[in-house]
Amino acid sequence: MGRKSRDSRRSRVGTAPPQEASGPDSGRALAAATLAWVMPGGGHLWLGRRQKGLVFLVVIPAMFLCGLWLEGRLFPFEASQPLVLLAAFAGLGNGLPYLVASLAGLGEGRVVAETFEYGNTFMIVSGLLNMLVCLDAYDVALGRK
Amino acid sequence: MGSHFLAMVMFAACVAVVFSVLMKDEPLEQLRLGGLLFAGFVGTAVVLGWLLLPFPL
Repeated sequence: MGRKSRDSRRSRVGTAPPQEASGPDSGRALAAATLAWVMPGGGHLWLGRRQKGLVFLVVIPAMFLCGLWLEGRLFPFEASQPLVLLAAFAGLGNGLPYLVASLAGLGEGRVVAETFEYGNTFMIVSGLLNMLVCLDAYDVALGRK
Repeated sequence: MGSHFLAMVMFAACVAVVFSVLMKDEPLEQLRLGGLLFAGFVGTAVVLGWLLLPFPL
């Protein structure tokens, strides 16, 4: 192995790895992700991504409302039923709409309704999509996107 | 809503819009990806529906 390659390796080892999120950037990113969770699209709007924020603000709550309209259920947090627990976490991803619907006693679900499973799917998927939106807002705030 | 097809189309449209806006920044690219995803979702569902037709419930 030549001296040149040893030197280059040493210089690579000696170089500090790129800094992960820290300090104010990290706080801003967490704030954006939290805002995106509370209000779908809110994180992007706060970061100045108006077009994306508005689309998320309209489409994700609309999906959630569609789920309620289709007589889907807001699943409870029951540790004894793992799939129900997962569905509850997914629903929680909807943020404020989920909390408002829970407090208002909506989302009881009507099992015999022919659209019951469609309603569940709409609400679970809208929660999962909002989780992706939160991660995207986090990345945008850190300058990764 | 009684139409399962309409529910599926609405679902596909919403998911396609969110994914395309998440993944692309330019409106034209978003439109292209969104259309592709929507067509893919609906087309796949229709084809699977036809393939599953002979099987009993």
